[in-house]
Amino acid sequence: MSNENTNKEHAFSAKNMRLLTAPLSKDNPITVQVLGICSALAVTVKLKPAIVMALAVTIVVAFSNLITSMLRNTIPPRIRIIVQLVIVSLLVILVDQVLKAFVYDVSKQLSVFVGLIITNCIVMGRLEAFAMANRPWQSFIDGIGNGLGYGIILVIVSFFRELLGSGTLYGYQVIPEGFYNFGYEDNGLMILPPMALILVGTIVWIHRSRNKDLIDKS
Amino acid sequence: MQDFINLFVKSIFIDNMVFAYFLGMCSYLAVSKTVKTSMGLGIAVVFVLVITVPINFLIDSYFLRKGAMVWISESFADLDLSFLSFIMFIAVIAAMTQLVEMIVEKFTPALYNALGIFLPLIAVNCAILGASLFMQERELESVGESVAFGLGSGIGWLLAIVAIAAIREKLSYSNVPAPLRGLGITFIITGLMGIAFMSFFGITI
Repeated sequence: MSNENTNKEHAFSAKNMRLLTAPLSKDNPITVQVLGICSALAVTVKLKPAIVMALAVTIVVAFSNLITSMLRNTIPPRIRIIVQLVIVSLLVILVDQVLKAFVYDVSKQLSVFVGLIITNCIVMGRLEAFAMANRPWQSFIDGIGNGLGYGIILVIVSFFRELLGSGTLYGYQVIPEGFYNFGYEDNGLMILPPMALILVGTIVWIHRSRNKDLIDKS
Repeated sequence: MQDFINLFVKSIFIDNMVFAYFLGMCSYLAVSKTVKTSMGLGIAVVFVLVITVPINFLIDSYFLRKGAMVWISESFADLDLSFLSFIMFIAVIAAMTQLVEMIVEKFTPALYNALGIFLPLIAVNCAILGASLFMQERELESVGESVAFGLGSGIGWLLAIVAIAAIREKLSYSNVPAPLRGLGITFIITGLMGIAFMSFFGITI
C-alpha cells in the first residue's frame, strides 16, 4: 500500500479513496480486523453517545495517524509505543476537555470510555500498521476511513438497541403510545450489556454470509 | 478487612471487566484459542493490575486530585490537575509493564518464557487503563481498597478468558454455520456468558 515513490499523486486519487471506503465494509475495523471492540459495545445503549463516541474516535485516529506519520522517520523504533501513547493521550485529553465543555451530559454517560480511546486497539493498530509506513496524507485518510468504519457499527448496534430497548431514537419517542396500550413492551434485555455482543455477533454473521471470502477457514 | 473482601468479590463477579464493561475485549478475542496461552495472559494481567492500580491511586490522591498537593505547600489547595490523569496513568502503565517484564525475565525465566510476547502487549490492554480510571471514578478510599480492586478485576478477567478458551477448544468439534465460525460465534457465546454472569447483579454484599 506504500506509495512513497509516486510523489505527484493526486490527493483524491482512486487509490486514496479506496483507503477511505475499504474500512467501511470489506476491511471494517470491528467485524474484520477485530480492533476496538471494548468501547464499541459499552457506549451503544443510546444513539446519541454512540455518535459522539464515533466522532471522537474518528478525530483521534485521523490526527494521531497524521502526527505519527509526520514524525515516523524521527521516532526511534525501540520506544515507539511510548511515543505513540503520548501522542494519542494528548489528543484524547483535548477531545475529553472539549466534550466536557460542550456536551457535558454525553460526556458523563461515556464516563471512562473517552479515556479508554487511548488504549483503543483501532488507534494503536492503525498507527503500527499504517501510519509508521505511509505518508501523512494517506495516513490521515486511512484514519478517517477506519474511524467511520468503527462509527458505522456503533450506529447500527445502537440504532437497534435504542429502538427495541427504549422505543426512542436519538432521544425522540418513535414507537407510538398506542402500541403500548395494546400491550407492546420495550425489550429490557436490549439495554443490558450482553445484547450488544449478540448484536455484533449477528452483524458479523450477516456481513460474512454476504462476503464469502471473509469466512474463517479453520 | 470485610470491606476489602466485599470489594474483591464484587469486582470479580458483579463488576466483571469483560462481561459487565467489555474491557480488554481485543486480547480476549485474539488470544482465547487455547486454555494454556489464555492462562498465561490472564496471570500477566492480574500481575500488572495489582501493581498499577495502587500506584495510580497514590498518584491520583497525592498529585492529581483537586487540593491533593496541599502536602507540598498550602498555596496548591486550589490546584486541580485531574485533566492530566490519562497521560499520567498510561505512562505509569507503560513503564510498569516494561519493569515487570524485566523483573520477571531476571528472576523467573520459566514464567517469562511462558508469558513471553504477552507482557508488552498488556500496556495497551484496555482492562488495565480501565481499572485505573474506574478506581478514580469510584473514589476508592485507601491503598488497601485499590489493591483489592486491582486483584479482583484481574482475577475476574482471568476467569473470563480461561472460560471462553475452554469453550472454544470444545467448539472446534461442533458444526457451526460457516459465516458464524470464529469471530461471530465467539461474540454470541460471550453474550450468553454475560447473561449468565448477570445472575450476580442483584447480590448485595
